[in-house]
Amino acid sequence: MDMTGPMVTTILSTALDVLPILLFIFLFQLFVIRQPIRNLRRLFAGIAFTILGLGLFLVGLEQALFPLGRLMAQQLTDPEFLMSGAAALDFHWTNYKWVYVFAFCIGFATTIAEPALLAVAMKANETSGGAIHVWGLRVAVAIGAATGVSLGCFRIIAGLPLQGFILAGYIVVVIQTLWAPKLIVPLAYDSGGVTTSTVTVPLVAALGLGLAETVPGRSPLLDGFGLVAFTCLFPIISVLAYAQLSALRERFASRRNTEARNGAESTSKEVI
Amino acid sequence: MTKILRTVWRHVARSARDLTPIILVIAVFQYFILQQPLDNAMELVSGAILVLIGLTLFVYGLELALFPIGESLAYALARKGSVFWLLTFSFLLGFGTTVAEPALTAVANEAAKVAAAAGAIADTDQARSRYVLGLRITVALSVGTALLIGVLRILLGWSLPLLIISGYIMVIAMTTVAPPEIVGIAYDSGGVTTSTVTVPLVAALGVGLASSLRDRNPMTDGFGLIAFASLTPMIFVMAYGSIVTWI
Repeated sequence: MDMTGPMVTTILSTALDVLPILLFIFLFQLFVIRQPIRNLRRLFAGIAFTILGLGLFLVGLEQALFPLGRLMAQQLTDPEFLMSGAAALDFHWTNYKWVYVFAFCIGFATTIAEPALLAVAMKANETSGGAIHVWGLRVAVAIGAATGVSLGCFRIIAGLPLQGFILAGYIVVVIQTLWAPKLIVPLAYDSGGVTTSTVTVPLVAALGLGLAETVPGRSPLLDGFGLVAFTCLFPIISVLAYAQLSALRERFASRRNTEARNGAESTSKEVI
Repeated sequence: MTKILRTVWRHVARSARDLTPIILVIAVFQYFILQQPLDNAMELVSGAILVLIGLTLFVYGLELALFPIGESLAYALARKGSVFWLLTFSFLLGFGTTVAEPALTAVANEAAKVAAAAGAIADTDQARSRYVLGLRITVALSVGTALLIGVLRILLGWSLPLLIISGYIMVIAMTTVAPPEIVGIAYDSGGVTTSTVTVPLVAALGVGLASSLRDRNPMTDGFGLIAFASLTPMIFVMAYGSIVTWI
């Protein structure tokens, strides 16, 4: 088992992906801003850590998690497993219950492991002065992503139109935006795009393609897409919902406080 | 020395907690539902350890480099006071980070297959690679435009919900005119454009910019850039698909 080969290649290709961005930033710094960069050594060390870390992360994923995830997506959608030997003619979307459960779990787990989401959660925690918890935001996003993947699988299996679901999702987002706490809205909108990154996209795309290949009457070219879009849309709804629930709970709590203490004000400012 | 060790341990423990769910899900499904033995357990364990080390280093590098770079650039550009350079920078950052994005290339290749199967382009290698290149540039343009609009919004204080909802309306409108086979890919392309390195940079840029301007709240004005970057590709890709089919 020789791992050094793929490891070096992956780290090099990660560096090749990152270097143009860095080059561009440094050129901009040099020619447009024309100021020396402070802490240059610290910065370079940080960049090296980022590239090395992302590279190792990808090698590990490719070696351990992705093959298993893809294999499981394939096995779970295999008609033989689903029907447990029964006639394949009795095709019905309820036969796929394990697919929905797996889709939910894998959507949740990959979102929690997503480095980009962690970065945004850290930033939000810092910016909000601690009112938004890193872990709380990530769980809210992960629940949304999990629901999205699960529902997206149902759509592929049942053969329903993608546009209908997306339109309905948009309408829900618009309605929620009207009543959600203003502080959370931009972060909630961002959380959709952040979810679908290094870990989530390959596994979710494999699941969608696997389903479209094995479900009778579906074509991988036409029905295999759309899962990433679902994973992108539902976190917006779940983060808004979480903020709304927190606000609602706080209102009830403060009302109870007011009744009990006759006019005492709630000082809690927690959003998530 | 113990202080360093304790910091390292804290970082590793946090990464381990982040990765527990994914390992649990795969293990539970493997053992209880599929009930198939794992033949390469050693490889799996060493892979999981690599993932753990990688995530830890990445988060460390994030705090050391990516966040400070994004923020100090935002401050420097805001101090310079040149709207032109700020917008140029945002556009180029969006375009540059997207055009070489591996996930986008993968999706573009799939899209070319779909387009060829649907008869929108000729089913030859040359036609397909032209289509792929066109699609990649289209998406990169859309992300550049997204960051440009997003930064303009922070500068001028436009309402984010209004802009996003108009974007939704445009997506729905484009869906009704675009060829049906491109719709699924267009919707997915919104999600694949924002990579793990771009997201922290863009988030730091937005928050840094909003906090360096007076009358702007870093929380309500600083976030929202990534939302644009995952919305405009859908509109642009459907437009691209329509144009290729009509011509």
